[in-house]
Amino acid sequence: MPPVTRVLVANRGEIARRVFRTCREMGIGTVAVFSDADADLPHVREADVAVRLPGSAPAETYLRADLLVDAARRTGADAVHPGYGFLSEDAAFARAVVDAGLTWIGPPPDAVEAMGSKLGAKALMEKAGVPVLPGVDVTGAPPDDVAALAERIGYPVLVKASAGGGGRGMRVVRDPAELADAVASAQREAEQAFGDGTVFLERYVDRPRHVEVQVMADAHGDVVALFERDCSIQRRHQKVVEEAPSPAVDDALRTRLCEAAVAAARAVGYTGAGTVEFVVSPDGEPAFLEMNTRLQVEHPVTELVTGLDLVRLQLLVAMGRPLPREVHQARLSGHAIEVRLYAENPTAGFLPATGVLHRFEVPDGDGVRVDAGVESGSVVGTHYDAMLAKVLAHGATREEASLRLADALARARLHGVTTNRDLLVRVLRSRAWLDADVDTAFLDRHDPAELGRPLADDDAVRLHAAAAALAGAAARRRHAQPDVPWGWRSVPSAPQRVRFGVEGRDVEVAYAFGRSGLTVDVDGTSIGAVALHGATADAVDLEVDGVRRRFDVSAVGSSWFVDSALGATELVEHDRYPEPGSGLSAGSLVAPMPGTVVRVAAQAGAGVAAGEVLLVLEAMKMEHAVRAPADGTVDQVHVSAGQQVDAGALLVVLGDPAQDS
Amino acid sequence: MPVLTDTLDRRDPDAVARRQANRAAMLAHLAEHEQHLDAARLGGGQKYVDRHHERGKLLPRERIELMVDRDAPFLELSPLAAYGSSFPIGASVVTGIGVVEGVECMFVANDPTVRGGASNPVTSKKVGRAMEIARQNRLPLVNLVESGGADLPTQAEIFIPGGRLFQQLTQFSAERIPTIALVFGNSTAGGAYVPGMCDHVVMVEQRAKVFLGGPPLVKMATGEESDDEELGGAEMHARTSGLADHLAKDELDCIRLGRQVVRRLNSRKLGPGPSLPADPPLLDEDELLDIASADLRVPFDPRDVLARVVDGSRFDEFKPLYGSSLVTGFASIHGYPVGVLANARGVLFAEESQKAAQFIQLANSADTPLVFLQNTTGYMVGKEYEQRGIIKDGAKMINAVSNSTVPHLTVVMGASYGAGNYGMCGRAYGPRFLFSWPGAKSAVMGPAQLAGVLSIVSRQSAAARGLPFDEEADAAMREMVEAQIEKESLALANTGRLYDDGIIDPRDTRTVLGLCLTVVHNVPVKGADGFGVFRM
Repeated sequence: MPPVTRVLVANRGEIARRVFRTCREMGIGTVAVFSDADADLPHVREADVAVRLPGSAPAETYLRADLLVDAARRTGADAVHPGYGFLSEDAAFARAVVDAGLTWIGPPPDAVEAMGSKLGAKALMEKAGVPVLPGVDVTGAPPDDVAALAERIGYPVLVKASAGGGGRGMRVVRDPAELADAVASAQREAEQAFGDGTVFLERYVDRPRHVEVQVMADAHGDVVALFERDCSIQRRHQKVVEEAPSPAVDDALRTRLCEAAVAAARAVGYTGAGTVEFVVSPDGEPAFLEMNTRLQVEHPVTELVTGLDLVRLQLLVAMGRPLPREVHQARLSGHAIEVRLYAENPTAGFLPATGVLHRFEVPDGDGVRVDAGVESGSVVGTHYDAMLAKVLAHGATREEASLRLADALARARLHGVTTNRDLLVRVLRSRAWLDADVDTAFLDRHDPAELGRPLADDDAVRLHAAAAALAGAAARRRHAQPDVPWGWRSVPSAPQRVRFGVEGRDVEVAYAFGRSGLTVDVDGTSIGAVALHGATADAVDLEVDGVRRRFDVSAVGSSWFVDSALGATELVEHDRYPEPGSGLSAGSLVAPMPGTVVRVAAQAGAGVAAGEVLLVLEAMKMEHAVRAPADGTVDQVHVSAGQQVDAGALLVVLGDPAQDS
Repeated sequence: MPVLTDTLDRRDPDAVARRQANRAAMLAHLAEHEQHLDAARLGGGQKYVDRHHERGKLLPRERIELMVDRDAPFLELSPLAAYGSSFPIGASVVTGIGVVEGVECMFVANDPTVRGGASNPVTSKKVGRAMEIARQNRLPLVNLVESGGADLPTQAEIFIPGGRLFQQLTQFSAERIPTIALVFGNSTAGGAYVPGMCDHVVMVEQRAKVFLGGPPLVKMATGEESDDEELGGAEMHARTSGLADHLAKDELDCIRLGRQVVRRLNSRKLGPGPSLPADPPLLDEDELLDIASADLRVPFDPRDVLARVVDGSRFDEFKPLYGSSLVTGFASIHGYPVGVLANARGVLFAEESQKAAQFIQLANSADTPLVFLQNTTGYMVGKEYEQRGIIKDGAKMINAVSNSTVPHLTVVMGASYGAGNYGMCGRAYGPRFLFSWPGAKSAVMGPAQLAGVLSIVSRQSAAARGLPFDEEADAAMREMVEAQIEKESLALANTGRLYDDGIIDPRDTRTVLGLCLTVVHNVPVKGADGFGVFRM
């Protein structure tokens, strides 16, 4: 195999940077690709060269195999790393790469294909002796046969439409008496919804854990299992928290899982990095779920507990090298936990969040690793996955790693885009998590809206508002006469007031510096005995009732971001001098001068095009046409021909055509 | 660089006790002062304040607070004007210097809770003083107008002199000092000429009423029926008469528009900015309460004041060995260089007078503003001094002060008697600002001396006419005169008469002087020339 000297990463953001980092360490050149939306992301700058993929939609960019192969060719790349997602498990792309004479950093296309078909893979695994969930096709079978089959599988059973998805056509049956009805109705529903009445029975696992095994295989027949990861906390089938080792796996089970995973990889002639996923029932029975033929998002968890660099191993395997000795000798050390920091709002059904990430700082070091795709100033859009970063902690024990990770997250500065940070911190600090009472339904039992509410409670918001107001005062002082006390009055009469909007409500801070010190009221009540130890535009060191705290503050436009040990709060400062509204509804047209209405062309309810004459005014022997400023409909006509109007008199109200249709 | 240290000998129990006594006396003065300020802040009284608020209107200080830049200082002037007169304390107007959009502006805000904001003779005086400061320092003049015009019962005292105000407004404009009127309510009769004469006018919808004659007067004069809005409503002035440049929705909007006007004035300072380090004094400003003697007969060292006022307590003394009853020297406040003249031991002799005259000339030749710290009982009297020409020496000092063209700032710390008041740049000598400490006293001479002089004169007159002298009546007369002079010489009495720009807490001295220095540097600082410095 030819040596790999320059790698194109057919991916974006976090994983592109991750691969580049190892390439850099190995002295391998790097090529990035980027869509228009991603042009300013750090992965573009960090590569030796970057190739633009015009457009922003994935289908125009990161899913265009032809453009990616062409980019590799144009930049002299001799290998392609697909990352995860996008084309990472697309056998056709893998073949296109190989056909172009490039090295594909991944498993053989045939292996990708073999694992791509879920049913086929399951059959393959069963043949290879890998435990699978017992299941059987019962379409059209007589009820007695169905009952017998169910008995063999064991209750509870899952009645599942083959073509189903998203929970439709699925029924859990715990009582054999309900089976016949469930099968019939699933069949009916599947026929109606999908036009395919194929129905399966499968063993249903109550409160399952999601456990997966990392495998690494070289082209010389060596396959090594690098232990398991537990990815049980998920929301909508998206992993949120991952850890290694799994608290649900003992040595015996680990051995079983690893052996099964190695067998699975061997069964498809696998090379490179792959992951074999299992469900594990509460009584510790594993069953094959699927195999991911790529580097997983959560691979760093394994890296932390084994000390290996999986990307380096991928590159070595791609270069045709045997797996190095340390892979065979790998042992689990301590406990590692990863969380996925998403731009989303857990209190609003995990709605994706967008915007400018004004500040993105997660304290790393001291056992904390941050793999981020973004940096301060990055724009978070809607085109791609909402993951901002993976944050990991490694500790001697699970509890140590959990608390370390929670602390790093709590101290992160995440400004401008809503994230699931507060939910992650609450999960990691929760009793249930620390007791390892975790399964894939964790976020169904524990309300995400509750877990995701801001760490900063009402009292914290009051202090944060005070800190923002004082930082604002400090910022203004930079331009003022030095040495004059803040807001000094020869005859004091009123405090300084600042109003903020916080989470849909208003907060007013009133502060005054007097000879006896600072007083701060929030919404009319004092925050306590206050001593200000220091204030700049960026930081406020404030003591309240004997407790001294540091508040980090940053302002972007009218937004204030305050971070402290109490949590994080975004406050939007209200304009001190709001411009008054006109009092007229949008679309109102008023008389530009006093005059007489000579003609009214507009008719209520009629549609008008931009520039169309609505009415004509006469003033000083001149006729002035009042025209529609945009396409729309005439909502109201307030004048009639012959009428005298004053300047500013309401003539016509236009409606927005979009709202009317 | 020479740095001042405290002259207090902490091992001397008498000196320590004296400081404690001084502090107690000063705190008592300040407590009394605060009570009067409370009265001033309350304007026309709680009832009228509540009624005003109920109408959705703001008090003058509330309007000012909304208009000035956040966290910027506001130096209110003459808050106790009319103290000791028959008019309410504050004289129904608030004046002062505040920063709007980075520009130092002079505010003149009517207090409509006091007799509808009508102007009485003290109002005119207070507004006149504010305008004088604005004009000398080229500060944009911001009028927050809500006044029913002249206080009719006192029209005789106000009609003729009050007219000058309007003349001055147009002269401001001619001198390119911007004038702004924000009209919040009534501005009628004579008051109508405030917006009439200003460069920029904003009126509040439904609230501002600007007309020469209201409906009753119009009815009487011409028989025409009319209403307020037709005669002088904001809407009418904005759309019809053109007297208003901007129509505001409400008070806040009016202030927003006012700030918008200031933002576009393209104001810039014509004088230099601070040029020296502005580090705070090394000694605690709080101890300024301890320095001024409770008993004005006990002199105190002004270096103890300077050590707590000037930048880094640095003071380069001039002629320290000559005429030591007056301290002269150079320092800086908030980074602005200043020359300081401060009385050390009350009396001014020939040497002190000559030293002062020379120092004032030196400061003029260096374009350096002067700060006068007064605690003087006047020029020395007596045969020897008269024969040696104390009048000529005093005249030199007064001449130098009078013709000095650098800005002067005066603080009356203690006594200010006789011609010493003149030589040390008292009110009549036009300092750009003059503030008093609460225990200060100003008069032609001390009450006891004045009563004694009267007694001697009447004794001589009785003797000349061969009449017996009534000792009892004389004692009563002396007591009465002493009491009257004592009362008239108090800082409160003088501030009530607008003989200063306000009483300040001694602890604010540095801040006030610093602000005044910023203000005076709005115009070029240029010393008198034509002659070299006379060595005397």
